[in-house]
Amino acid sequence: MRLSSPLAVLLLGLALFATLVPRAAHAGPYEDALAKFTTESYADTAAALGLLATSGNPRAVEVVDALADGRLLVDPAAGKVYIRGADGSLADAASGQPAAGVDAAALKAVRANNRVRGAIAAASGALSLFNPDPAKRLAAAQAVFKSRDATVLPALDAALAKETVPAVKQALATARAAIVIGSSAAPEAERIAAVATIADAGDQDALAVLQNLPPDAPASVKTAAASAIAGIQRTLAVWGVAQNVWYGLSLGSVLLLAAIGLAITFGVMGVINMAHGEMVMLGAYTTFVVQELIRAYNPALFDASLLIAIPIAFLFTGLIGVIIERTVIRFLYGRALETLLATWGISLILQQAIRTIFGPTNREVGAPSWMSGTVDVGHLAVTYGRAWIIVFAILVFLALLAVLRLTRIGLEMRAVTQNRRMAASMGIRTNWVDAMTFGLGSGIAGIAGVALSQIDNVSPNLGQSYIIDSFLVVVFGGVGNLWGTLVGAMSLGIANKLLEPYAGAVLGKIALLVIVILFIQKRPRGLFALKGRAIEA
Amino acid sequence: MSQTDTRKPALLGTGGLVFLAIVIGLAVLVPALNLLLPAGSALHVPTYLVSLLGKYLCYALLALSVDLIWGYVGILSLGQGAFFALGGYAMGMYLMRQIGTRGVYGDPVLPDFMVFLNWKELPWFWYGFDWFPFAAAMVLLAPGLLALVFGWFAFRSRVTGVYLSIITQAMTFALLLAFFRNDMGFGGNNGLTDFKDILGFNIQADGTRAALFALTALALAGGYVLCRYLVRSHFGKVLIAIRDAETRVRFTGYRVENYKLAAFVVSACLAGIAGALYVPQVGIINPSEFSPANSIEIIVWVAVGGRGTLAGAALGAVLVNYAKTYFTSGMLAPYWLFMLGGLFVAVTLFLPKGILGTFLEWRARRSAGSPEPDAPPAPGITAKPAE
Repeated sequence: MRLSSPLAVLLLGLALFATLVPRAAHAGPYEDALAKFTTESYADTAAALGLLATSGNPRAVEVVDALADGRLLVDPAAGKVYIRGADGSLADAASGQPAAGVDAAALKAVRANNRVRGAIAAASGALSLFNPDPAKRLAAAQAVFKSRDATVLPALDAALAKETVPAVKQALATARAAIVIGSSAAPEAERIAAVATIADAGDQDALAVLQNLPPDAPASVKTAAASAIAGIQRTLAVWGVAQNVWYGLSLGSVLLLAAIGLAITFGVMGVINMAHGEMVMLGAYTTFVVQELIRAYNPALFDASLLIAIPIAFLFTGLIGVIIERTVIRFLYGRALETLLATWGISLILQQAIRTIFGPTNREVGAPSWMSGTVDVGHLAVTYGRAWIIVFAILVFLALLAVLRLTRIGLEMRAVTQNRRMAASMGIRTNWVDAMTFGLGSGIAGIAGVALSQIDNVSPNLGQSYIIDSFLVVVFGGVGNLWGTLVGAMSLGIANKLLEPYAGAVLGKIALLVIVILFIQKRPRGLFALKGRAIEA
Repeated sequence: MSQTDTRKPALLGTGGLVFLAIVIGLAVLVPALNLLLPAGSALHVPTYLVSLLGKYLCYALLALSVDLIWGYVGILSLGQGAFFALGGYAMGMYLMRQIGTRGVYGDPVLPDFMVFLNWKELPWFWYGFDWFPFAAAMVLLAPGLLALVFGWFAFRSRVTGVYLSIITQAMTFALLLAFFRNDMGFGGNNGLTDFKDILGFNIQADGTRAALFALTALALAGGYVLCRYLVRSHFGKVLIAIRDAETRVRFTGYRVENYKLAAFVVSACLAGIAGALYVPQVGIINPSEFSPANSIEIIVWVAVGGRGTLAGAALGAVLVNYAKTYFTSGMLAPYWLFMLGGLFVAVTLFLPKGILGTFLEWRARRSAGSPEPDAPPAPGITAKPAE
C-alpha cells in the first residue's frame, strides 16, 4: 500500500483540518468529500478521496470501491451521490439507505483519470488504517512498517490520534517510528525517541530497521541505535534458545509416545520388541482407515476423527500385540536376543502386509480444524498441532503412570519387573501379566501412531524411523522406570534441537548417538537404573 | 564339553574337513569351469554367476565373523555390517584411486565426485590409498580400530546383552548418517563406484572375476580355519565359558573384557576382509551397507545355518542369499519380505539351533554313548538366569 506523494500532502492538510475543525453532524469530512464528487472536476474528486481516507466513516470504503468500479453516480443538480449495487439498485451514499424514486438514467458516473486512479489506490490503502476491523488496521500498520514510506506519515499520525485498541496503537507507533528514524527532516530528539520505540518491538524486523539507518543520521541516533541493537540481539538470542527448547519438547514428546510402550514391555518382560515401530505404524494406518470411513459415511464427524481413532487404534494394536505374545514371544522367554530376531521378522511381515494392502506410497491423513493454526507467544511461533501432541504425550504418560500405580494389573506388572520368580511364587500369573503387558505396550504404540499420523508421513516405513530412537530413549532413561523414559525422551529431544543450529541436522544427530553410546558406558543401566542385588539381571 | 573327555579335539574334525573340501573345491572348480570351458558348454559357469557366487561367499565370511562373537561369546552385534562396510570402503577408495584420468572429469588425482563437488585437493584421509599394501592394511585396521575403541569402552563398562546390541545398532546408524553426508568425502549417497581395475587387471575381465572368486573362497577357508583354531584353543574355551556364565568366569579370575575385546576385534577384521572382497565383485559400495536392517539380516543367516557351528553360519548365509536372489527376481518378489520375516520367526521358534546345529544334534543322539567331539556346545540349551 504505497501512497503517492500528492495525496499525502492532501492527507496532511485534511488531517489538520479534521483535528482543528469541530465536527458538525451535517458537515463532517465524509459529507464534504461527497459534496466534492458532485463538481465533476478531477482535482475535486482526488481531493474528495483524500477526505474519505481520513474521514473514519464506515461507508468510505464502499464509496472508494464504487468509484474504482465506476459504480459511483452523482446527481450534480441535487448535489446527491449514489452507489449502484451489483443488482443495479441505487443507494444514497450519504445515508446508506436505498434511494427510491430516483431516475438512474439522469445520473452521471464519476469519471476517473490516471491521477484519480492513483488517488483511489492510495485512499483504499490508507483507509485500511482506519478500517473498523482492528485486525485489518494492524495489518495495514505492519505493511507501513515494512514499506517505511515517508509519505504515509500524515495519515499515520491521523490514525494514531484516533486509535483506541492498544495493540494496533503500538503497531502504528512502531510504524511511525520506523519512518521517523530514517527521516532527516525529523528533530534529533524525536529520532532518538523513535529508536526507543523500535527497541520496544524487539523483533527481527526492528533489528533490520535499526541496522539500516541512513548514513547521514546524527551520531546520537547512531549510538542509541547501537545499544538498542545489542539489547535486541540479546533478547532474540534468549528467544532463539526458547524456540529450540520448544521444538525439542515437541520432538521429545514424540519420542516419549514412541518409546513409552517399548519401555514397559522391555522393563517388565526383558523383551526387545523390534516390531514396536510397526505397532506405531498400524496405529497411524488405523487413523487413516477411520478418517476414510468418516469421510465416506459421516463427514460432519471429521473433527472428532482423531478422538474416535484413539480407542480403536489402542484396541486394534493391543490385540495384535496379545496375538504376537501368545503365538511367538511366550515361547522365547529367557532368550532376549532370540526374541529380538523373531520380532524383527514380525516387523518385516507387518510392513509388507501393510504395503500389500495400502500400497507403498504415503497415505494422506487430514488434520482436524482444532489442530491447525499457530499462536505467537512472545517471539515464539507455537503451532497447535505440536502443542496438542505435547499435551497428548503428557496425558498418555500420566494415564500409564496411573495404571501402573493404582490398578491391580499395574501392581502385578511392577512385581514381575522387580522379581519375576518371587512374583510367581506369590501367586501372580506371570504369563497372563506378560500378555497384558505386551498388549498394553502395543496399544500405547498404536495411540502414538494416531498422534504421529499428524506430523509424519503415513507409509509402511513409518515405524522404522522411530525404532532406533525409541530404543535409545529407553536405554538412556533406564529400564523399568517410566520417569526415566520421560527424562530420556525430553533430554534427547531437547539436546537434538539445541545441537542442530550448531552442527546441522545430521551431524547433530550423529553427535547425539555418540553421546548416548558414551553415556551407556558410564551408566550401563541408564539414568534411572533399577536398584537390586542381582549381579546379572 | 564333557568333563571326562580329556582328548584334545581335532582342529578340524570330519565336518570341518568336509566344509574345507567344499570351499576349496569351489575355489578351483568354479573359475576352471568359467575360464576353460567354451560359453556354449553345458557345464560352463557364466561370469555373472561367478560374481554372484563370490558375493555369497563374502556374505559367508561375514556370517562366520558374526558366529565367532555371537555363537561363542554371546555378543549379539547389530552393527557387524559397519565393519563389513568399512572394509569395503577401504577397498573402494583404493579402486577409486586406480581410476586415474579415466574418470568422467579426467582428473588424475581427484575422484569424480570430488571434482563434481568442486574440491580442490584430496582430503588427508585419502592419502596412501593409491598404494595397494596401504589399502590392504586399512581393510584390517579401519574396522579393527573401530572395534577396539568401541569394544574397549563397552566391555570395560560391562555393557552386555540387549544393551550392547542396541548401542552397536546406534553405532552403525551413526556411521550410516555420517557416510550419507557429501562433506565426509566418501561419495555421499552414491558411494564409490565405476571401478576400472585392481592391481593392474581389468576388474570386468573374466580372469579377474575368477581370480577374485578363488581369493574369496580361500579367504573363507582361511577364516574358517582361524575361527576353528580360536574356538578350540584355551582362549576359545574361555570365550564359551563367558557366553554361558560371564560372572562366574570373572570371579574365577579371568579378565572377561580382554577376552571379549580380542574376539570382537578379530571378528571385525574378518568382516572387513569380507567387505573388501565384496566391493570389487559387486562393483559398488554405498552407505546403505551401514543400514541397521542389513546387520540384523546377517544375524538371521547365522541363526538359520546354526549359531555356534561356524560352518553352519556360512551355509546359512549362502542359503538365505540364494533364496533372496531366487525369490526377489521372480513373480514372488512381493512376498520375499513375508518369507524372510517368516523365516526369522520359524527359525527362532522351531529350529533354535539352526540347520547344521539340528543335524549335528541328531547325529550325536544317533551315535549315543560316544560323545561327538564335533558337536558344538549348544547355545540354545544352556540355562540362563531369567532376565
